[in-house]
Amino acid sequence: MRLLLRGRDIPDLHQLSVYQANGGYEALKRALAMQPAEVIDEVKASGLRGRGGAGFPAGVKWSFIPQNEPIKYVAVNADESETGTFKDREIMEDNPHQMIEGALICAWAIQATAVYIYLRGEFWDIGDLLEDCIAEAEAAGFAGKNILGSGWSCPVYTHLGAGAYICGEESAMLSSLEGVLGQPRVRPPFPAQKGGGLYKEATVVNNVETLTNVPWILSNGAAAFRAIGTEQSAGTKVFCVSGHVPRPGNYELPLGTPLRELLVDHAGCDPENIKAILPSGGSGPIVPGTDEVLDTPLSYEAMQDLGTILGSASIIVMDNTVDMTWVASKVTKFFTHESCGKCTPCREGTYWLDKVLDRILAGEGKPEDVQLIDNVAKNMAGTTLCALGDFAANPIIHTISNFPDDFNAHVQPKPEEEKPAASAPRRGRRRRASA
Amino acid sequence: MSLHDPRYKARIASHLAKYPDKRSAVMPLLYIAQEAYGWVSPKGVQEVAEICEMDPTQVKSIAGFYTMYSERTKGRYWLHVCTDLPCALNGAETFYRELQDYLGVEEGGTSEDGLFTVEHVMCLAACDKAPMLQCNFRYMESLDMEKMKAWIEERRAELEAAGQGQGA
Repeated sequence: MRLLLRGRDIPDLHQLSVYQANGGYEALKRALAMQPAEVIDEVKASGLRGRGGAGFPAGVKWSFIPQNEPIKYVAVNADESETGTFKDREIMEDNPHQMIEGALICAWAIQATAVYIYLRGEFWDIGDLLEDCIAEAEAAGFAGKNILGSGWSCPVYTHLGAGAYICGEESAMLSSLEGVLGQPRVRPPFPAQKGGGLYKEATVVNNVETLTNVPWILSNGAAAFRAIGTEQSAGTKVFCVSGHVPRPGNYELPLGTPLRELLVDHAGCDPENIKAILPSGGSGPIVPGTDEVLDTPLSYEAMQDLGTILGSASIIVMDNTVDMTWVASKVTKFFTHESCGKCTPCREGTYWLDKVLDRILAGEGKPEDVQLIDNVAKNMAGTTLCALGDFAANPIIHTISNFPDDFNAHVQPKPEEEKPAASAPRRGRRRRASA
Repeated sequence: MSLHDPRYKARIASHLAKYPDKRSAVMPLLYIAQEAYGWVSPKGVQEVAEICEMDPTQVKSIAGFYTMYSERTKGRYWLHVCTDLPCALNGAETFYRELQDYLGVEEGGTSEDGLFTVEHVMCLAACDKAPMLQCNFRYMESLDMEKMKAWIEERRAELEAAGQGQGA
């Protein structure tokens, strides 16, 4: 069942005429016939949770917006930068109007004065497509001035980032939009509060996928949405599957679908040859490819019970050939590069983790180095303004706890090294997964 | 080409009109400056600062914060190769090394003919089509070295043909 990736079923859905012929913008009409508070109640009742990673209930977030402020904003997070995530790209390429419509319904619900869509800079071509779609929607009276004759005006703008993972963090994204360095802000005040949002005005920040669900909810009702998925995780989710996978790609399935069904039935993985799974790109705790893990439903609550997160559901699969020390190093290099430098534990922690991991992989590590990086990572977690510090700690802490042998194999002194042999053993060359 | 050139006037105005604060136009204007000068040159920074009513130091710090603004000149084709985990699991690191070897360059270097600059980058949200890269910000996906070599030689042949056409 596809609520979001409808572009796979309907050719040329990115054209307004095709989108309208398939029910497009009817949900916006319905919303404008309702009181804004009623729209918020409907979205609350649907149980829709944020799809960017945190899983926060969307309707609840909208209800935090103060009613009496004259200026309010919707900021659409289209910065899609988590390693292994490529769902928003497909949604925006093939079904852009549904996202724009969802953003406008959100804007009506909070009585926003403008919508900004923040795209990662590499998505400039999607930015061009969205500009065309916005112009079409404005000409048809769905966006811009006096929308559908309601007297309410709300322009929709695109804004391109320029290559910084941190700008997917909501407060950093708002700073980037304002033209200051894209670094996270101290909270409170939160973006939904006066003083915490875009230009210090109350702002809803929602992910592309979250907002793309909204027209479906308004058209079909909260109860129909709740009928999909689980009690605490309503609706479908676009799962991005990559890594050692015969059929990588996006799969839209009901939340609560077992991981085994996604990876084996849909993506074609051999369940005997899955060593590890990163369920939420680089940022979520890694899990081993055991039966227990494979039988876990892909819901926010079940993944949390498993000790990891559903997050953005960017699922990276690693087969039995992969060295987890190498994985820890790869993910750490990502976070070292993407740390914005504002908070000392993250800036310095990632730098030194990367250095020590390089040493371990080069065969020059000591047994105590594993304890050292575990200690550094644990001291980063929870000590930074945004979640990147925690994300960067996860690949270290959870690869070590789940796969200690992979680390020990690099740092244990080999028996022949202990005696001063004339022929020195080869060091530094180890199995790498990337060949 | 200065940002004050008439060809950029409408684009700059449309960006300024989007935001309640001129400062917010700094990122789109840096892209235009990069297009105008081929890189984010000191003159481009100065002009963006004037238009956005910012200090040039602040503009420069923003240009340096993001990877898609280049603060140095590069070859005609910028090849940004993703070597992040999902791509690396599908051979991207080997692909990147072979590409460097083929062009005879190190990380960040430009080929001797001045055509190709190569760098590795973090996830570009195309993990199902690894190995992949961005060439002047256009995605090239599901690559291998055979495809890359053919593509590189096509670009070289194009340039040669163009040079002969001008009687060079």
